[in-house]
Amino acid sequence: MTPAIEVSHLTKEFGGRTAVADVSFSVARGEVFGFLRPNGAGKTTTVRTLGTVLRPTSGSATVAGLPLTPANGVEIRRRIAIMPESPGLYPRLSVTENLECFAGLYETPDPGERIDRALRAVHLTGRAHDACGTLSKGLRQRVALARALLGDPEVLFLDEPTAGLDPVATRDVHELIGTLSSGGVTIFLTTHRLEEAERLCGRVAIMSTTLRTIGRPDELRERLFATSLTVTTRDPLAEPASVFAGLPATGGWRQDAPGSYVLAVSDARVAAPAAARALVAAGADVLSINQSRHSLEDVYLELIERDDQASRP
Amino acid sequence: MTVSRRRVGAVVRKELREYRRNGSIVSAMAVIPLIFVLPPLINIFALPASSASALHGGRPLLYLLGIPAVVPAVVVAYAVVGERQQGTLEPLLTTPLRREEFLLGKALAALVPSLAVSYAVYAAVLASVELFARPAVAAALLRPPPLVAQVLFAPLLATWSIWLGMAISTRSGDVRVAQQLGMLASLPSVAATTLVAYDIVHATLGLALVAAAALLALDALGWRLTAALFDRERLVTGDSRRSHPRRARRSPPPAAGAA
Repeated sequence: MTPAIEVSHLTKEFGGRTAVADVSFSVARGEVFGFLRPNGAGKTTTVRTLGTVLRPTSGSATVAGLPLTPANGVEIRRRIAIMPESPGLYPRLSVTENLECFAGLYETPDPGERIDRALRAVHLTGRAHDACGTLSKGLRQRVALARALLGDPEVLFLDEPTAGLDPVATRDVHELIGTLSSGGVTIFLTTHRLEEAERLCGRVAIMSTTLRTIGRPDELRERLFATSLTVTTRDPLAEPASVFAGLPATGGWRQDAPGSYVLAVSDARVAAPAAARALVAAGADVLSINQSRHSLEDVYLELIERDDQASRP
Repeated sequence: MTVSRRRVGAVVRKELREYRRNGSIVSAMAVIPLIFVLPPLINIFALPASSASALHGGRPLLYLLGIPAVVPAVVVAYAVVGERQQGTLEPLLTTPLRREEFLLGKALAALVPSLAVSYAVYAAVLASVELFARPAVAAALLRPPPLVAQVLFAPLLATWSIWLGMAISTRSGDVRVAQQLGMLASLPSVAATTLVAYDIVHATLGLALVAAAALLALDALGWRLTAALFDRERLVTGDSRRSHPRRARRSPPPAAGAA
C-alpha cells in the first residue's frame, strides 16, 4: 500500500539558515507518527512544507498519495488537515460560525451535520454559540481540533494538540487520536510531551535539523541504551566482585552507592535469577533487583546531548 | 483553474460577519461618509435659488464618489495583515482555498458593504435635497447624468481601492499602517472626483467614458498585481526572498513546491 507520507531528502533553507536538512522518512496509512524536535528547530517548518504552505528548497515528498508539487497543492490540502500550535480562530465569531467557514472551504456535504459531529467528538456541543474570543485556551484548542476534522482528512497533522489542555481534555484528545487512527486516519503528531508520544505513537522520529533516529520507542531504547539490572541490598556486599563475577549474560558491574550495584547484562531474563541466587548464596539481604527502564525522554535527551557535544568546537 | 463559488462564499460570509462585529470598521463606515456628505450639503442648503445655475447640472454631488474610493480602502486593510496578526491566516492557507478564491472573497466582502454605504448615503442625500433644498436648487441637482455617473463610477472606484488596499495589506506588517497607506492610496481618486465636482475639470460624456475605461483597465491591473503579490510562503514566514528556492544561497534546484 502507498504510504500516507513519503519524504525523500527534504531540505528547507531560509536564506543561509537550514531548518530541515536532507530528511527522509515514510509514514504508513493509519499510523500515528510522532515527530520530536528541540524547541525552535523547525518542526513546524516540516509540517508547513508537507502542508504545501512552504516550498521545499530541495528534495521531494508524497502526501496523501500525491506528489508535493504546486499543481497538486489544492488536492493535497483537500486530503489533509493541519491543526497548528496556535488555534487561529476568529475571536468575534462563534464556535459554529468559525466551523461553518471552514466547512465551506472544504466544501463538506451536509455541513450542519458535520459540524455537530466534530463538536461532539471534542465535547464542545454546549459551547457551540459562544464567541471564540471568550473561550479558554484549552477550549480554543478543542475548537481547532474540531475544525481539523471537518474535511474528513486522510492525513491529520497535529502540532502540540494537547498544549494547554487539562488532564481530562488531554485524555479525551488521546482517545480521539486513537479512534481516528483505528478509522484509518494517519496522524502526524508533533509534540514536546514525550510521554504522549510514547503512549500514542507507533513510531517516532527525533530530529535536530537532520533526522537523528526513527523507530518504535522500545527499539530506540534498545538502540541507545544497554540493558542493565540495578541490585539493592540492605548492607553493602563484603566482596561484590566475587558475587557478580562469572554471572551468565553479565558483562560487568559497578557500585553506584553503598548497597546499590548496576550490572550490565545482555539478557535480563537470564542474568536476574542468577544474580538473585548468587546474592542469597553470599548471605546478602536483597531488597530489589530491577531492570533499567529508559523512557523516550532519556532517548531524546541522550540524542540531543550527543548533538550538543558534536557541535562544540 | 476553476474558482469554487462555495469557497468564495465561505470567505465572503466570514468577512461580513467579522466586519459587522468589528467596531473600528463599523465606525469607519459611519464616519468617513460624513466627511464627504457635509461639504456639498452645506453648499447646497446655503445656496440661494438665484444661484441654482451654479450647480453645474448636479456635479457637486459627484463629491460623494469619495465614499466608494475611501471606505473600501479602510475596510480591506484588514484583509490579509489582519488575518496574519490574529493568527488566522495559516489555518486558511492550509485549506483547499486557492489564492484567487481568497482574494475574490475578500474583495467581494469589502465591495458589498462599501457600495451599500455609498448608495445609501447618495440616496439619503438625494432625498434630503428633494425634501429640504429650495425647489430651483433641487431641480438643478436631481438630474440623470450625475445619477448615472454615481451608479457607474462607485463600483469602479471601489474596486480600484480594494485592489490597492489589498496589495498594501498583503505587503504590510501592521493593520494601522495598512489602513493609513490605503487611505493615502485612495487620495488620487478623491482628488479626481473633487476636481470634477467643483468643475475645475469640466465633465463631459467623452471624459466620463475615458475615465470609466481607464478605471476598468486599472481594476484588471490591480487584480493581477494583488494576485502576484500574494505568496503563501511570504505571508506565513514574513519573507519569501530569503526562503525562495531560486534565490536561496547554496540551494540545489527545487524538486517540489507549494501551490
